[in-house]
Amino acid sequence: MTLVLEQVLNGLQLGVMLFLLAAGLTLVFGVMGVINLAHGSLYMVGAYAAAIVAAKTGSAVLSVLAGLGAAAVIGMIVELGVLRRLYARDHLDQVLATFALILIFNETTTLLFGRKPLFVSVPKMLEGSVELMPGFTYPIYRLAVIGVGLLVAVGLYVLINRTRIGMLVRAGATHRQMVRALGVDIRMIFTLVFGLGALLAGLAGLMAGPILSVQVGMGEQILILTFVVVVIGGIGSVRGALLGALIVGLVDTLLRAFLPGLLRQVMQGPDADALAAGVSSMGVYLLMALVLLVRPRGLFPAHA
Amino acid sequence: MTLRTALTGVTAGLALALAASTASAQAPVKIGLITTLSGPGGYIGEDIRDGFKLAIKDGKLGGVPVEVIVEDDALKPGQGKQIAEKFMKNDGIKILTGIVFSNVASAVVPDVVDGGAMYVSPNAAPSNFAGKECHKNYFVVSWQNDSLHESAGQNATNLGYKKAFILAPNYPAGKDALTGFKRFFKGEIAGEIYTKLDQTDFAAEMAQIRAANPDVVFQFHPGGLGITFLRQYQQAGLKDKIPMVVAAPSLDATTVSAVGDAADGINASSHWNTDFDNPANKEFMAAWNKSFNRVPTYYASQSYDTALAIGAALKGTGGKVDVDALGAAMRKADFQSVRGKFKFGPNQHPVQDWFAVKAEKGADGKIAIVTKGVILKDHGDAYAAQCKL
Repeated sequence: MTLVLEQVLNGLQLGVMLFLLAAGLTLVFGVMGVINLAHGSLYMVGAYAAAIVAAKTGSAVLSVLAGLGAAAVIGMIVELGVLRRLYARDHLDQVLATFALILIFNETTTLLFGRKPLFVSVPKMLEGSVELMPGFTYPIYRLAVIGVGLLVAVGLYVLINRTRIGMLVRAGATHRQMVRALGVDIRMIFTLVFGLGALLAGLAGLMAGPILSVQVGMGEQILILTFVVVVIGGIGSVRGALLGALIVGLVDTLLRAFLPGLLRQVMQGPDADALAAGVSSMGVYLLMALVLLVRPRGLFPAHA
Repeated sequence: MTLRTALTGVTAGLALALAASTASAQAPVKIGLITTLSGPGGYIGEDIRDGFKLAIKDGKLGGVPVEVIVEDDALKPGQGKQIAEKFMKNDGIKILTGIVFSNVASAVVPDVVDGGAMYVSPNAAPSNFAGKECHKNYFVVSWQNDSLHESAGQNATNLGYKKAFILAPNYPAGKDALTGFKRFFKGEIAGEIYTKLDQTDFAAEMAQIRAANPDVVFQFHPGGLGITFLRQYQQAGLKDKIPMVVAAPSLDATTVSAVGDAADGINASSHWNTDFDNPANKEFMAAWNKSFNRVPTYYASQSYDTALAIGAALKGTGGKVDVDALGAAMRKADFQSVRGKFKFGPNQHPVQDWFAVKAEKGADGKIAIVTKGVILKDHGDAYAAQCKL
């Protein structure tokens, strides 16, 4: 029983990380109509900035600020310098340009910081594990990641559905020309939305630092899953991104955790292991195919 | 049509220039080094490149002037093939080396040996080229893939563990790893998991390990995967409960510096370590520390040995680049390996000793890899018998 609970928490934690990335990606995609492959690079920027500041100063607060700031600022520079020229162009041009950005970011990071993965320690106050139930302990850091992710989800909901800026973002997504005709500076809105997306990617990156390996190319590893989340959730919908991310996180974790055991009851050991490894790595993609079959626009399409 | 004519003209011109350059007696022998420099595995290629170049003294290997041409395969088998083709056809290179990953090697090596050039591996050595498909122009200076993990299996047996939980990524080298470990581990297997090559979260596996409660965990996760795995193993509170035995790729110097305390106390097995007490290794370490500000990985040592082996072969032929003569000279392995003892087995893969090493905290508070003792003596590989050369 505690094993199931632990795996559910693990799934939630993976889902929350995916949500932070997917939220930015889906907003940029839905609001601005841009496919941004370089979103994973902003995640890497956040992780590197936080890791380097943490190593130099030893302060967790400064490193969080550095990670968020670096990702948001670089995100906005990318929007102003590159993406702004691509809004009117074909999706293929956008894919090419943002793929080029991935290569540029990776090579620049290699030149500046070398190829060795960086060491990041867990902040002192989040070290260790906590006993949630008798005989069931869970790392505090992972609980904190889940907490931060859920807070961000609530914050985004309020921002988009309850504020003037959020209203303009929603309006800009559906009737870009109309919003412009009303005298709103839609370009500035776009820059802000992109900056927000980058900020969230940076947040995911800096939180991933102590759990994963901070290295060149780390963004591309998680980007594919993030796209799966966006497609399942429905392009442009933050609500969809949250639900999609939690579903993907849980399905991926639970399949890996329990499929081998289940299969072993009906098959020979080695065969069961091989089949389980295969099916669990296909799991989220099968899920995506199913969702696309039943609801081609995702679970919560933004513009129904 | 005009473009094609122009291209033909340029190619012909280049070929002429090339013919002219190979004709001159003083021209250095070209060596093509294909390795992985970009992406998460990039640090391995960097050490292979730097280790190789470190062995070249005043532009010479074995007294023969050489020129090393380095290209990045980006861990793409197709890209590796293209580079090899360019090296052989355009640059007239006869000696190739450098590949890090088995999947790239599997694509490139057959092209090289069939094209009449020789390939000397500083790292990857998949099982299919060690047995029936061995080739007279193919040498391996590192190890055969399985041997790494056989030594880990023997190490776990020697340390007295009875019940092991084993994990590796779901790809050919991962399967070789678990097969190799099981071949030499005498105890019982409590659980066996294939992870994903692009996996970033191992929490599900940690929970299963805790539930199975084994004596020991064996895992093979090279590069960034291993860093992630070790860190999460510590965070899950397993590090102090269940000891870990790994092979060299899961505990190289880079991994240790990236995970810090999470590596403390891990048992590994390796064919080389920084602290080996032999003149060749002392010379290597001194030269390395003079040039670079980082601890060399075992990849660097293998590549250094590879350069020495090529140097010995060149010396044997007096600098003549004749692949058959080079092969005959290389088979003698007439060089001082940084590992101490080294010779080639019947399939031109190494026969060498394997050592138990352990990550321990030194006097300066930093974790270092320390040599503990011999695990296997004069160990070859399981496939040599199938090779008819």
